Amino acid sequence: MYCQECHERPATLHFTKILNGQKMEFHICEQCAKEKGEFLPGSNSFSIHQLLSGLLYGDSAIPGAAGAGLQPSTGLSCPECGMTYQQFAKTSRFGCSQCYRVFDPKLDSVLRRLHGGNTKHAGKIPKRLGNGLQEKREIEKLKQAMQQYIVHEEFEKAAETRDRIRQIEKQISEGKGE
Amino acid sequence: MSLERFISEAISPWMKEDGPDSDIVLSSRIRLARNLEQYTFPSVASEEDAKAVVHKLEQTCGGQLYGDYGPFEILYLNTLNPLEKRVLVEKHLISPNLAEESTYGAVLLNKEESVSIMINEEDHLRIQCLFPGLQLSEALTLASGLDDWIEEKVDYAFDEERGYLTSCPTNVGTGLRASVMMHLPALVITKQISRIIPAINQLGLVVRGIYGEGTEAQGNVFQISNQMTLGKSEEDIVEDLRGVVLQLIQQEKAARKGLQEALRIQLEDRIYRSYGVLEHSRIIQSKEASQCLSDVRLGIDLGFIEGISRSILNELMILTQPGFLQQYANERLTPEERDIRRATLIRERLKLEEG
Repeated sequence: MYCQECHERPATLHFTKILNGQKMEFHICEQCAKEKGEFLPGSNSFSIHQLLSGLLYGDSAIPGAAGAGLQPSTGLSCPECGMTYQQFAKTSRFGCSQCYRVFDPKLDSVLRRLHGGNTKHAGKIPKRLGNGLQEKREIEKLKQAMQQYIVHEEFEKAAETRDRIRQIEKQISEGKGE
Repeated sequence: MSLERFISEAISPWMKEDGPDSDIVLSSRIRLARNLEQYTFPSVASEEDAKAVVHKLEQTCGGQLYGDYGPFEILYLNTLNPLEKRVLVEKHLISPNLAEESTYGAVLLNKEESVSIMINEEDHLRIQCLFPGLQLSEALTLASGLDDWIEEKVDYAFDEERGYLTSCPTNVGTGLRASVMMHLPALVITKQISRIIPAINQLGLVVRGIYGEGTEAQGNVFQISNQMTLGKSEEDIVEDLRGVVLQLIQQEKAARKGLQEALRIQLEDRIYRSYGVLEHSRIIQSKEASQCLSDVRLGIDLGFIEGISRSILNELMILTQPGFLQQYANERLTPEERDIRRATLIRERLKLEEG
């Protein structure tokens, strides 16, 4: 594939940009990307963080215009590291783990856009720290499954699932009693 | 230093072994991003905090063994000269970011160089495991084991709902980046790649050149990795990537077969011309070198060229980069000098095989 700018060199940067809900695909070479002064991640030109920053400024689709309107709506700042939401939106980096808790009200929409609609972790849980979390998550999953069975009137399976949930809950309470 | 010794020291031991599907998949990599709960993240950390993090992790892992892996040796970035840093970057053992911008950046490496644990990169910890061929699950098992091993001694920043907390919201959740390096010459020659890349992107995967974001696909080597880190389990992320990789392998194989059937003599001609260029040129730029190396590697895979090991592509693509050339020459080189050195090194390397 050739670069859509110069039509000479092979396109080496491929990406999709969504602006105001309009999807645009780009296939350009590095040189043109540099010359255009955008698109090139990692360099001093348009970076992934600037792109992210646009997302983080929230509701307005035009990042430049949103900056001004932001301050009154979010006076959030992290008591731990001092990071303000505005700084976070600018650099798209959290300062510490506490930032996640402080900026939480704004995070769902950001994460949804970055992670294909997902906002919740569904992966590994640290062993030492996450003691008991594993079971909690298992119960959540089973409860959802049980609802599905009830909706589809598969009551026998629903009852089995309920028993399984009780079993795990029992295990947890026994584990704690020890 | 003799060329043989230079090569044996320059190429990571893990790279010298063949893995599954290594005719097309050069390597598999798993990276886990982790942070420690009690310290601010590296991008805003005070020097004191950064120093404390390195100290803590050095005590935890430095000189220690994890199963068959280790002992881990710690390298402090501020004690390395620019050339040494560049060589580590060219070997994919550290990121350019760690080399250039970190405060109290360090890296823990095992002897095989199959495990690299970067400290004070964008996150406190970047656990990276490298395997030859298509071995994503193996790499994940190792990375996850190392992760558990470290977690025994430190408190991670973890949130029940958001998962592992990372400096950048693009990594939150699993903190997992799984990637494979694939050599796809036939898909490039048949121009199918331009159709395939957008399709892969639609599946939430990213295709890049071999040195990561924004780099060119040199020598028809592409890096394919997951983009999303939140909402899926580690196993699912790896499995989804593997599924796409397996399809790409099939497509590349079909394209190779098609080329051999329809354009056999043209293909053979192209491969031998490239072989000739590598054997005889006196000045060669890195782009031409990697293109020729890709052709020769394809020639080896298809049985046109015999008596040369397949690892020559990976090996020479690494060795002919500016950092390594200068290290071998033991001096700084201008771009013109590098092109001359590159040609010499390739000729000598091919002679080693033939001799």
